[in-house]
Amino acid sequence: MPRLLRRARGLTRNRDAIIYAILIAGVFIVPAIANFTQGTSSGVVLDQVANAGVFVLLAIGLNIVVGFAGLLDLGYAAFFAIGAYTYAMFGSGWLDVTALHHAVHIPFWILLFVGMGLAALSGAILGAPTLRLRGDYLAIVTLGFGEIVPRIFRIKIEWTGGINGITALDQPTLPVWFTGPWAGQDFGITRNQVFGLDPVPYYILIVILIAVSVVLASNLYRSRLGRAWMAIREDEVAAAAMGVNPVTIKLLAFSIGASFSGFAGVFFAAKLGGIDPTLFGFQNISIVILVMVVLGGMGNISGVIVGAIGVYFLQNVIIPQLPTWTTGAASSVGLSFLNNPNGDWAGLGDEVQRLNFIIFGLILVGTMLFRPQGLFPSQLRQAELQKGTSDQSVFDASTS
Amino acid sequence: MNEPILSIHGLTKRFLGLTAVDNVTFDVKRNEIFALIGPNGAGKTTLFNCVTGLFAPTLGRVVFDGSEITGTRPHRVAKLGIARTFQNIRLFDYMTVIENVLVGEHARMHAKLWDSVFKTPQERREEAHVRERARELLKFVGLEKHAESYARNLPYGQQRRLEIARALATDPKLLLLDEPAAGFTPQEKAELMQLVQRLREQGLTIFMIEHDMKIVMGVSERIVVLDHGEKIAEGTPEVVRRDQRVIEAYLGKSA
Amino acid sequence: MGGGFGPLLSFLATTRGGLDGHLVGALRKARSSVQSSLVTRVIGIALAAVVIIYLSPKVYALGPSYFLRIVAVGVALGAIYALIAIGYTMVYGIVELINFAHGDVFTLGAFISLPLLVTPFWHLTEETGGGWGIVLPLIAVFLIVMLITGLINVGIERVAYRPLRNAPRLAPLITAVGVSFFLEGVMYLWKGAVNLHYPDLLPSNRFVGGTFSAKDVIVIVAAVILVAGLAFFVNQTKLGKAMRATAQDRDAARLMGINIDRTISATFFIGAVLAAAGGITYGLYINSVNNGLGFPIGLVAFTAAVFGGIGNIPGAALGGLIIGLIRATNDGYVDPQWTDVVTFAILILVLTLRPTGLLGMRVPEK
Repeated sequence: MPRLLRRARGLTRNRDAIIYAILIAGVFIVPAIANFTQGTSSGVVLDQVANAGVFVLLAIGLNIVVGFAGLLDLGYAAFFAIGAYTYAMFGSGWLDVTALHHAVHIPFWILLFVGMGLAALSGAILGAPTLRLRGDYLAIVTLGFGEIVPRIFRIKIEWTGGINGITALDQPTLPVWFTGPWAGQDFGITRNQVFGLDPVPYYILIVILIAVSVVLASNLYRSRLGRAWMAIREDEVAAAAMGVNPVTIKLLAFSIGASFSGFAGVFFAAKLGGIDPTLFGFQNISIVILVMVVLGGMGNISGVIVGAIGVYFLQNVIIPQLPTWTTGAASSVGLSFLNNPNGDWAGLGDEVQRLNFIIFGLILVGTMLFRPQGLFPSQLRQAELQKGTSDQSVFDASTS
Repeated sequence: MNEPILSIHGLTKRFLGLTAVDNVTFDVKRNEIFALIGPNGAGKTTLFNCVTGLFAPTLGRVVFDGSEITGTRPHRVAKLGIARTFQNIRLFDYMTVIENVLVGEHARMHAKLWDSVFKTPQERREEAHVRERARELLKFVGLEKHAESYARNLPYGQQRRLEIARALATDPKLLLLDEPAAGFTPQEKAELMQLVQRLREQGLTIFMIEHDMKIVMGVSERIVVLDHGEKIAEGTPEVVRRDQRVIEAYLGKSA
Repeated sequence: MGGGFGPLLSFLATTRGGLDGHLVGALRKARSSVQSSLVTRVIGIALAAVVIIYLSPKVYALGPSYFLRIVAVGVALGAIYALIAIGYTMVYGIVELINFAHGDVFTLGAFISLPLLVTPFWHLTEETGGGWGIVLPLIAVFLIVMLITGLINVGIERVAYRPLRNAPRLAPLITAVGVSFFLEGVMYLWKGAVNLHYPDLLPSNRFVGGTFSAKDVIVIVAAVILVAGLAFFVNQTKLGKAMRATAQDRDAARLMGINIDRTISATFFIGAVLAAAGGITYGLYINSVNNGLGFPIGLVAFTAAVFGGIGNIPGAALGGLIIGLIRATNDGYVDPQWTDVVTFAILILVLTLRPTGLLGMRVPEK
């Protein structure tokens, strides 16, 4: 028993372990709470959480590129779009109306890997000629690529549906599915279960995908490859002199990161059931994912997950809800006259809604000023910040 | 025993107008301790960079262990068996001491992407094996106690030793040391000299740039002297010490 | 050994940054100079040939006056891109930050000028437009807006970038994104997210068979005056020289007694001044602005800066001009839908084939 106690204390000292524990607990508690508080409309909550999960996947992938290997990728949305369009085109009736005149219905589970592969391949094709470039130039190339891909999807109407995108995508099916009280039914087994519009299977699937991604990404981090990435990030010349091929190693980071994005794209398209090119822009995907990674703490998987969840809910739940909350608060303290429009005043709700961009911008600036290394930087970096700088050690050596 | 491990033929490196290394030719013999000396700006580090592939020489050839490596990329040169340290220490600051050494093992490892992603049994075995070896190397340079601390938090002298351990982890045949004793205390210098001797006894060839004449004269068997990019002398420490041009290069002509 | 560590410390401090960069730069040059000069030239010439062969029948079919019209529009838009691109390139040159908020500073300039144009003091309306009477009031509006926007940008730098100068490299990039959101939000709060009419004050007389309009000429002349002023400032004044020195080597500049903070502030000020002028010029030329304009236009201007060689001021001006011409040509002869794709494809091509841009870094790579 004391041993268990000591281990528990050790755990509390380990911040990442705590984060993971809370996340795992959250995975089980959130549906229960949603069920309890929202009753039959609990699906709305799970739906939001599953959407957030897509961003978590994206952030884990981008963290490999930016956090592990130190390559700035500003076009991450492109690979996300490639994955999503892979599913939309080959997992729907869409191709019937194109010049192909034949619908292609490849199962979701296969397309998950096809989308991943295509994204990785396009990452490799883009990276091969450009990864020799200096860090910032790479960022600019990826920025350009990220702008090009959704525009091509928008222009090539005859293949992609243009601005209207592709709708009525196939819903994933499972050969076997378990039902129970959580779905309002008796316990039982269904065959060929279609995911349908029920968010529960998507929720379960994304949790599994994230769990697998976390394990695989951590494996990579603690491997020969992960060390090579860090070495390249720290000092490319020294890494090359130690036998690390910078171009191959960077290309791997870039492709693996892209494959996560493609993977997430397939899931995203399947869950949404329809996509269009406006979903894959710089301002709503590429930069947001980067913000999640940097804000959470580059290089640290658990921090990045927290960053992704935090930024997602900030953008999609908290800020959009602010008008409702403020009007509610105003009414309850007797300032309800503020809620009504009056001349230039559009009413408190509308005025607060207009502040959305400002609030998000201020939170970004404020968080970075407050914690430039992110909310949960990797343990080492934190240790470093507490220990002081290398100048002191030089001093010690010279005086001893 | 006496065949050269590294031959440099007519090596020339020009930057825009400046000729940093000018038609230099010499051999480093297998299992010797060889020193390259010369005043500041003589082109010593440039020559190292040409050997390790950081720079492509303008003219001339570099032959290592029987095969030509002129202009070969740095990571290939490292794989062929040349390791180096840097004049201005270049460790991976935000990695631990042992991780720094493990990067040195990179080229000798076999884990493929698949093995790394899924932590296959082979990968685990290999990881355990290289970690064991890295610990031995750290013990060899006296850093085993600091394995888990941050490279940049080591004191200066230990950083230099870590660089040597990292270079040794690539399992080299030839070790290039660029001013290994710079900034060392006399005691650290003595330790360094012992370390170099031990490495030689284990079969390595050592090729170093060093300013400290006590070390150069104390451990090296042969010396090449560069001045303004040109080779002005070559031979045993006794020969070089008495060479008129070397004395002029160091003390100035009018002296 | 007594006192030996002092020089050692400074040696380490200077060589760590300096030498590393030198090594990397020299390494890249050594490897790329031979291949790039030949391969790049062959690919570049081949591409240019394909484009010319593709375009010439269309140019011929649509006649010379249409061609001149396209050139005029291209140069005028290019001049505006150049004004924005210079701000990107100067800021990048001095603090190595891709300033994502710069496009929004450009829009902010246009927004600030809107109420000023209609003040009763000089009462500029579209009815009075066209005469010489608008010259002095317009110049006054330009100067006021440039000053205000410049000061705002100096404030932004002080609050959002300066505290992060020694932070991880991505931190200021994220705050720049935050500032971009913030500025767009402020303009949204101010005028809403709609297309705003911008007064059409410039005369629209046309010359040379209707190809050039007075608008084109005025926009181009304004840009030329501003860029010439900037060139004079950077090359002739003490502060301008301090800027160039700081861009080349911040530590050395500090050792020479240059006030780095003040120099960086000045850079942000001038970048914003030119962007604000670009914003007004854009408004007068296109007659429509909205709060989200800065982002897409900023991306194009940034492409222009990279095209000319990031960090290089004449390069940014030239890059803006060329990008303007390419975009106008694509709009006029190919398909406006593809213009952005073409622009960004050029960006990728240039960086792949000739990473230093057209004119290269005037500052050698550190």
